[in-house]
Amino acid sequence: MKKYTYTESKDTRSGFGAGLLEAGRKNDQVVALCADLVGSLKMADFIKEFPDRFIQVGIAEANMIGMAAGLTIGGKIPFTGTFANFSTGRVYDQIRQSVAYSDKNVKICASHAGLTLGEDGATHQILEDIGLMKMLPGMTVINPCDYNQTKAATEAIAEFEGPVYLRFGRPVVPVFTPADQKFEIGKAWTVNEGADVSIFATGHLVWEAILAGEKLAEEGIDVEIINIHTIKPMDEEAVLKSVRKTGCVVSCEEHNRYGGMGESIAQLLATHLPTPMEFVAVDDTFGESGKPEELMKKYGLDSSDIVKAVKKVMKRK
Amino acid sequence: MTLETKDLKRMASQVRRDILRMVYECQSGHPGGSLGCTDYLVALYFRIMKHDPSFNMDGKGEDLFFLSNGHISPVFYSTLARSGYFDIAELKTFRKINSRVQGHPTTHEGLPGIRIASGSLGQGMSVAIGAALAKKMNKDHALVFSLHGDGELQEGQNWEAAMFAPFNKVDNLISAVDVNGQQIDGPTDKVLGLLDLHEKFSAFGWDVMHADGNEMEGIVEALEEAKTRTGKGKPVMILMKTEMGKGVDFMEGSHKWHGVAPNEQQLADALGQLEETYGDF
Repeated sequence: MKKYTYTESKDTRSGFGAGLLEAGRKNDQVVALCADLVGSLKMADFIKEFPDRFIQVGIAEANMIGMAAGLTIGGKIPFTGTFANFSTGRVYDQIRQSVAYSDKNVKICASHAGLTLGEDGATHQILEDIGLMKMLPGMTVINPCDYNQTKAATEAIAEFEGPVYLRFGRPVVPVFTPADQKFEIGKAWTVNEGADVSIFATGHLVWEAILAGEKLAEEGIDVEIINIHTIKPMDEEAVLKSVRKTGCVVSCEEHNRYGGMGESIAQLLATHLPTPMEFVAVDDTFGESGKPEELMKKYGLDSSDIVKAVKKVMKRK
Repeated sequence: MTLETKDLKRMASQVRRDILRMVYECQSGHPGGSLGCTDYLVALYFRIMKHDPSFNMDGKGEDLFFLSNGHISPVFYSTLARSGYFDIAELKTFRKINSRVQGHPTTHEGLPGIRIASGSLGQGMSVAIGAALAKKMNKDHALVFSLHGDGELQEGQNWEAAMFAPFNKVDNLISAVDVNGQQIDGPTDKVLGLLDLHEKFSAFGWDVMHADGNEMEGIVEALEEAKTRTGKGKPVMILMKTEMGKGVDFMEGSHKWHGVAPNEQQLADALGQLEETYGDF
């Protein structure tokens, strides 16, 4: 198992804030909109440097999405910012008609996704957003895993033409990917090469997968860990190549097991390469208040759950 | 193409014929609101707006129009085709399979003149504001127009947008509401009353005007007046009284023709009331 270390921990939303600032510096068509959550979305640096390219929308997410669609018509590249729940479920029809069906170059940037939002509880902890967004034709769906990857992804989507859903989170987590990485949309990242099982992980679960891989290595199990940061379009070639080698799969994500990354992988495998598979995901339930780590443990999303899933799926080979 | 007022009226007659024939052809679509808004659309495209039928999406330097109540697509399509955005022969394909002339307007099939999909109601004002903001950022002094149904104002997103535009001095926007007092389930006053729209939009900070949307001189004058009111710190709202089904006596003033196609006899009766002026498609 390749050794991953980290010297600092940061929130992925700060990676978004830093990436947005860089994207703004590189391209003067980049504009940002926010629905009364500037602090939470870490947009302050962008606003300070580009006050004329920032639009405070107030608590009116539907209007924000519609205005973002309109801004593209003058050649702007709008980045909308609010919590994941209000970025998707609340404005699904606006995204569907004014953005996706209208082929608009809007970047929907969503913080506080999943259980790790913590104490605010289920009203804010959306676990369905990946599913909602991946079902929209033409929508690219990205869920980066740490500060550096989120920053790189934010810069990459500014250069990409088309609607994108970028999902990130609230908690401080280890920074273990390189600061100078180039983010390739739709290209999976092999975190560790292994022969016994393919672990496909996205978002905060990538670090948990690394911890699980270290534990399993001690028991002589050689895991392959692949980071699926782009859930749509899925890097099908990378998934199939890995599964042909290992013959069993565990998917890991901070999302409902229905509609998530694991479901996309399962569909791919069912069509091309039927393979035993286990899902580390939320089991079709809402979340609740609590500390992020308590919630991840209670809802079966930490490294020990990945270890269990690996052992289970290897027996099914 | 810019037309004199007498020719605007002749064009409106032709567009009304197109609407009826399109809806008849596929036995589907929304003639009532389309007929009611014909004079407004014809005035916009053949007199008021500075626009280029060779069409590019960004429309830099051009006035832009957004149709929020997308179900009145027949009047929009006819007006665009008659303005030269695409061949009038394509109107025949309205609502048929493999057509760019979809039931509701969309960019997805690449029909020139359409800049946003609409149909699911209440979204167009936000889009128009976004386009107006982009014009300001680009130092583009052209204007943005939008049209909304009165029933459509029951959708909450309109009021998010209505609150945003005046607060942010989006004063390069001229919106209009088609006040025909009708919606699918009956008169708006019976379904969910809009009460005093003048008071409502004024309270939100708009510069509110009134116009008779079925009187060509009146609507042209109102739109010209609206243009003089732009650039003064407020978005402009035209509350435009129209009659659903205008131009066809048995369709006028009733919600029954909101979304129903005429049969052969009704089509003949209706066309008999509207002169063919620029040649049917």
